[in-house]
This record gives sequence, structure tokens and C-alpha cells, in this order.
Amino acid sequence: MRPFEYVRADDPAAAVALVSADPQAEYLAGGTTELDLVLKDGVLEPSRLVDITRLPLRGITCAEDTLRVGALVTMNELAADPTVSERVSFVREALLAGASPQLRNMATIGGNLLQRTRCRYFRDSTVMACNKRTPGSGCAAVRGPARMHAILGAGEHCIALHASDLCVPLVALDTVVDIQGVDGKRSVPLTQFYVLPGERPDIENVLEHGELIARIRIPLLPVGTRSGYLKVRDRASYEFALTSAAAALLIKDGTIVRARLALGGVGTIPWRALDAEEILHGAPAATGTFRAAAEAALGDPFTVAGTAFKVELAKRTIVRILQDVSGVRS
Amino acid sequence: MTDTCVDVMLRVNGSARRSRLDSRVTLLDALRDELDLTGTKKGCDQGACGACTVLLDGKRVLSCLTLAAQCEGREVTTIEGLATDGALHPVQEAFVRHDGFQCGYCTPGQIMSAVALLQEGRAGSDEEIREFMSGNLCRCGAYPNIVAAIREVAGEGSE
Repeated sequence: MRPFEYVRADDPAAAVALVSADPQAEYLAGGTTELDLVLKDGVLEPSRLVDITRLPLRGITCAEDTLRVGALVTMNELAADPTVSERVSFVREALLAGASPQLRNMATIGGNLLQRTRCRYFRDSTVMACNKRTPGSGCAAVRGPARMHAILGAGEHCIALHASDLCVPLVALDTVVDIQGVDGKRSVPLTQFYVLPGERPDIENVLEHGELIARIRIPLLPVGTRSGYLKVRDRASYEFALTSAAAALLIKDGTIVRARLALGGVGTIPWRALDAEEILHGAPAATGTFRAAAEAALGDPFTVAGTAFKVELAKRTIVRILQDVSGVRS
Repeated sequence: MTDTCVDVMLRVNGSARRSRLDSRVTLLDALRDELDLTGTKKGCDQGACGACTVLLDGKRVLSCLTLAAQCEGREVTTIEGLATDGALHPVQEAFVRHDGFQCGYCTPGQIMSAVALLQEGRAGSDEEIREFMSGNLCRCGAYPNIVAAIREVAGEGSE
């Protein structure tokens, strides 16, 4: 483990300057991913950690049907917000389905977006073949035993999963990410924030080195919309998803007026299921519709022996959450 | 030359002590090795077991994934800080009464987590207690007695 310099930043501009000035400097917020990878796995070797936990990026405010959430709000703080419970309740469900109470007190919303994959090959520095760690070195997961890996957006170069629960409803809601860099501020929709691995799995999102997530903006659901999050996992609590789905439906007279659907546990990025949404829009709220949507969502999976089971499991997860949210069983 | 050490004022259980530490030292290692507060246990040392749970500004966190340097000016409470004037905390007493442990290694973390859970109001049912204690593993499997101990303290508080 390489020694690093610890610096506590006083304001966002200073933090951005400190990280931007050194290609090997990194931000430290909740630490639940960063310190794990630096101190325990030895996978990351920053020269400097810039502690941003004292920056004024904390509040939650609501205006014009948009919830503005500071990047340093913790998972538990966002889960406890009354507007979240009232207007985007599946965000609360996803937050409380993730990690443990202790980790949810530490982990921040900005950090949740940027959490690194749990792929055991990525996290094991004795494994040489990992395109995400060492571009061009190959992918041990594609050839070796794999289970907690991605089947959508995946390919021969990388099947590492984005394991966030929170990002699943967030991507369904068209959340926007507000970013601060040395050259100013910009905003990126969460649906365009992540980058598919392709031939460069080391590039995970559109952030330039030194850019800092300042806050996210969550559009609230229209009143009358029902939402839900379903997480399927190997044990009942404190476990990553095998598959998960976040759905929001506005139904009038038995017809789906507006549908939002996203998947977790299956994608190299938080997975918005736009093909499935197209099938749901204007269709009758019925199990036949839900199954057709599920087939569309899983239309083109990339599987290895250990992950093939996820295709049918994800489809059933989608049907179940759509049934639960709509109240339609037939 | 880059300085990879930090001066930290650690405030633990009401007393403060200044230490000069390597930047990489976790709160867990600082408690155990610098302050000789060995009640907080190192289990997995990777955020998976909950044995190192402490309260930071009153909220339960994992000390193995917290840098000591991050705790400057913040209030840390460990298992050693629960008893007052030699009298055990009600949660400690309930763990003893209900046999909420076997080997005892996970117990400090279980108790710190249980104290926080009660403050959070998450002891509404056995199911809720189990869900909100899920970040604390017990390899001996003392879970039923841990739940019983927490349920009893929660019941006392509501009467």
C-alpha cells in the first residue's frame, strides 16, 4: 500500500483545484468504496486523497417538482426525506435495500453514483487480466467463474457490474448530475453519464479527472404515479442484487399512460429499459403486456456460463414488479 | 517532500487526545493501537461484518472504512463509552440477560449497532430489528437472543 497525502478541502473550488492539479489525486467522501480499494484491496494507489466531507454540498431542497440533492447527502439522509417517500418512493426502497445501516450513514449520493464494481477479479490485484484496471490485459471474468456479473452492456472485454441499487430508480427518473470542474460547471443526464465498457472498460463515465459531482436533480413523479423497487438476492438483507427492477406506472382506466423501467444487477451501467417502456406505453395493464416488456428488455444479453440464469430471472423480476406496482395479477 | 502523516485531535468517549498518525491509519486502528481502546473489534477489516461499529457524531459507522484523519473535531463513541459510573448501559445488561453472544467477538459491534438502532426507532418488530441489524454478522449464530435483548430494551423505552 502506497503512502498518500491527506488533505481536507474547505470549499468546492479548492477541492477541484487540488485533485485537478495531480493526475494521481482522488476525492474521498464516504470512503466505503474508495478506502476499501485503497487500503484493503490495494487496487487504487492515489498520491493524495482530498477529503470533501466538510464541503457545503449537503442540503435537500424541493422546487418546481424537482428534488435537489447535495452530493454529500448520505444514503440514510435521502431515505428519510419526506418528499422522497411521497413522490418517488421507489428511491427510498432502493436506498434501504442497499448496503447496511452503518454503510448508509457513511456513503454519499455522489459516491453511490461513482461506486466501483464489485467484480472480484477487478478487486483482486493478483489477477493480471482485468481491462478495467489495466487496459488491454484481458478479462478474467469472461473466462473464469462468474456470477455477480453483468449481462447487458457487457462484452468480451468486460462483464463488470454496476452494483448500485439507488441508481436504478434514479436512471428511470431522468435524474440530472450537476458537475463542477476547473473550467466551470456543467450538467449531464444520468442516462448519459455512464459509458459502456466497449473496448475501454477503464472509462466508466463522462467525468474528466478532477471534476466533482456537486449535486443531483431528481424530477418527481406526477401525482398518481405508483412506483416500486424489487431486489432479488442470495440472502434476505445486506447483499448485492442478482437482479433488480425499478418501475413507475401511471395507469388510467386500465391503460398504461406513462411507464418508467430500469434494471439493476444485470448491467455494466445502471440500465434504463427504454425498449420495454415503449411496449408498456398505451398498452393495457396486464401480465401479457408485462411479459412482452420483459422480453424486450432482455432482448440482447451477453452471458457466460455463470450468468445465464440472470436472463430469465431478470424477466421474472420485471413482471413481478410491474404486477406489484399496477396491482394487476392477471 | 509530500507529508503523508497527519495531526489529528481524536475525541473519544468524552476525552480528547492529539496524535500524529500515518494518513492511512483507520479510525479502528487508531482506537485499538494508539488509544488502547481494544473493545472495538477488527473482524473482516473490509466493511462486511460490522464488528468495528462505533458511533460518529451519534451515528453508527464502520471504523475500518473511516480514516482517523477524517474524525478531526468529531465525537467518537465506542463500547467503552457506554457504561456510566460503572453501571452497564441497558443494552449491555439486556445482552447479558438474554445471552446475546457466545464467543463475544462481534458483541461490541452488535451492541453499538443496537444502541443506534434504538435511537433510530427501528425496533418496531422482530422483522425490523433483524433488517436493521443486518450489518452485524455473528458467526456463532446468537441472532435470536440478540433480537430478544433489543426487543426488551425497546419495550422498556415505550412503557
